[in-house]
Amino acid sequence: MASGPPGRVNCQRSRSAPLKYDAADCKKRDMYRILERVDYSDDVYMQVIEAPAVAAACQPGQFIILMIHEEGERIPLTIADFDREAGTITIVVQAVGTSTRHLQKLGRGDSVSNFIGPLGMPSEIENVGTVICAGGGVGVAPIYPIARALKEAGNKVISIIAARNQDLLFWEDKMREVSDELIVTTDDGSRGRHCLVTEPLKELCEAGGIDLVYAIGPGIMMKFCAKTTQEYGVKTFVSLNSIMVDGTGMCGGCRVSVGGETKFVCVDGPEFDGHLVDFDLLMSRQRQYLSQEKESLDAYLLNAAVTIDA
Amino acid sequence: MPDITHAATGDRPQRKPKRPKIPRTEIPCQPAKQRATNFEEVTLGYDSDMAMLEASRCLLCKKPKCVLGCPVGIDIPAVVRLIAAGDPAGAIAKLKETTSFPAVCGRVCPQEEQCERLCVLGVKQEPVAIGRLERYAADWEFAHGASAKPQTAPRKGKRVGVVGSGPAGLTCAGELAKMGYDVTIYEALHKPGGVLVYGIPEFRLPKAIVARECDYVESLGVEIKVDYVIGRTLTVDQMLADGHEAIFLANGAGLPSFMDIPGENLNGVYSANEFLTRSNLMKAYRFPEYDTPIAVGKKVAVIGGGNVALDAARTALRLGAEVHLIYRRSLEEMPARGEEIHHAEEEGIVFDLLANPTQIIGDADGWVKEIEVIDMELGEPDASGRRRPVPVGGSERRIPVDVVIVSVGTNANPLLTKSTRGLELTKRGNIVADEHTLATSKEGVFAGGDIVTGAATVILAMGAGKTGARSIDRYLQGQPLLTAEEEEAILASSPVTGVAS
Repeated sequence: MASGPPGRVNCQRSRSAPLKYDAADCKKRDMYRILERVDYSDDVYMQVIEAPAVAAACQPGQFIILMIHEEGERIPLTIADFDREAGTITIVVQAVGTSTRHLQKLGRGDSVSNFIGPLGMPSEIENVGTVICAGGGVGVAPIYPIARALKEAGNKVISIIAARNQDLLFWEDKMREVSDELIVTTDDGSRGRHCLVTEPLKELCEAGGIDLVYAIGPGIMMKFCAKTTQEYGVKTFVSLNSIMVDGTGMCGGCRVSVGGETKFVCVDGPEFDGHLVDFDLLMSRQRQYLSQEKESLDAYLLNAAVTIDA
Repeated sequence: MPDITHAATGDRPQRKPKRPKIPRTEIPCQPAKQRATNFEEVTLGYDSDMAMLEASRCLLCKKPKCVLGCPVGIDIPAVVRLIAAGDPAGAIAKLKETTSFPAVCGRVCPQEEQCERLCVLGVKQEPVAIGRLERYAADWEFAHGASAKPQTAPRKGKRVGVVGSGPAGLTCAGELAKMGYDVTIYEALHKPGGVLVYGIPEFRLPKAIVARECDYVESLGVEIKVDYVIGRTLTVDQMLADGHEAIFLANGAGLPSFMDIPGENLNGVYSANEFLTRSNLMKAYRFPEYDTPIAVGKKVAVIGGGNVALDAARTALRLGAEVHLIYRRSLEEMPARGEEIHHAEEEGIVFDLLANPTQIIGDADGWVKEIEVIDMELGEPDASGRRRPVPVGGSERRIPVDVVIVSVGTNANPLLTKSTRGLELTKRGNIVADEHTLATSKEGVFAGGDIVTGAATVILAMGAGKTGARSIDRYLQGQPLLTAEEEEAILASSPVTGVAS
């Protein structure tokens, strides 16, 4: 078949009667299996999920949306790795809210109800010369396939991976494999250089010869990376992680301002020219549901505690 | 309301006292105050007595005009006659000869602009409540268990792909399955139903009904694959290479438009699409039982005057907000259905008419604080025939609000069309499809519904689904897409009468 392995049909009712459709029955449906989970820290974990149709089509820079169960949210997560032959997608997640805490509890043998993608535009991978790939926090995960693709395209890849402390660092080896040079920084100096990601970034730009920068991580990290490279006029791509619902352009919840124009992260992005992004707006919009997120998490944790007690 | 019954009993002499005048049967509703706080269906539907009484009002015209007003050409007099005779089973069978989703159409079709507008009874009295009767028959069937499965032709062994599981896609898939094709629907969201699921609220169209309609289509042999974003997970070209011999594109209207005024990216500004998707598809109205949040605050401004704007307004009201509907023309020009406007007024939506937003003002945290509007007055008619709203200079005023919902229409979503080679598009990005056959510029690919017409009605999309199925059947049998008689009829009838629009 031209399109690679067939994607899974996300419900059994196409194969067997009876054909009822409600929340209870959804639990019986054929889901997307989690094949592996590795915990990198108390909050950060990696999962390999079986999703052949997504794995067949995805490219570096794209993301997926998953739902854990019928009552869940649709949460967007950048693709950290993929294996077309095995039909799997790898994601790296930082547990912050209800969904990511719940997902953290799932491992081999569990499954999620929905897995949609690939979404967004792929990275434009070309041989431009020397490229810096800077990943901050869980941003190291999405930068990995981009760095690999840039390397394969013939670029000289200098990677910087940054975290608050060494416990939060992951994929140092994987990043080293796809980079000509790797710089590690931690905010507290527990591993690598004791500085922020922007320090080596500035030095490299200062030294010259940098043709392109990719910076992926928290909004504040991308903002300052873009600020740093702007001084030297080095083109910089960032990958934005705004709040979204459908991920296909339908809701517009993910809108950001780029060069004064409103763009949808899900269909126009997620990568944009970092020198044109209004990061303050991005970060403000990311905080839109803080109080509800807290309410939801409190209810979830309470519920989880009750379940354990019982 | 005048007491027509009383008048008909003989107070006034009538020349031809042929039949007693029966007033149009009111449909029972949840009281406005009660329903403004819940998401249960607003109208409760006829019982058998009401339905038979209402059906008995039909004049049984020799040349029924109502049928001409139906975009899918339901044999309305036959259906009404069967209901009047106390045979709802017969009525539903008759309905299903033409429409796949009577429970949906009976609720959301704009009958007042279609079949009921042409009803002869409507000249002197109120027209027969055709929509309510359609709903009655469909609900009767659901209440009485298993529906008779329509006859399907022997399998043809040919695969057809349908993109989108909204009204156009479901209809097309159902029709093709009945003809014997192997049909797969590819749906981008995690639930089938399209706008019926993400757009129209529970209180107007219960999702259990949509689920049953989807089950019905599946029972015809259609496979529905959710989580498939055509243009991303799979392209149209891959679908063709993959063994689909024809494809029907029915992926819907797509991207929400904004007004391009300052402050539109503030927190608390939603597109109606987002607001409704959160509430309807993601069930945010049941947060935190469901995980998806929604913000309403105390006071909400909804911008726009269409059905979608009213759906958003009435949803916000049910979530506990005071809701102002800001519309730049007057009530008369409002495109929403009369019944919805009436229901919204009853529930307590405040209509801020002849007002147009000029900017949205935020607080220090980036949240909406106020909306500034300017008063409008109506000038000369514009291209749409409606009087053009003109701003009244110096009339700007500010309304304090917590949330703004923008409902000013949609643009075509480029996600599918951009990834498909050889597909001709209009300047606005809609797919160009032949008016009569729905054939596109790409071999084997047909398109219908909102992606072709721009945002329209459920029933027009269903009509397109039927046309698409007929064309695909002829295409796959190697026949011309139009018969000679059809060509002739089209030539003879142009310009098109436009009854359905």
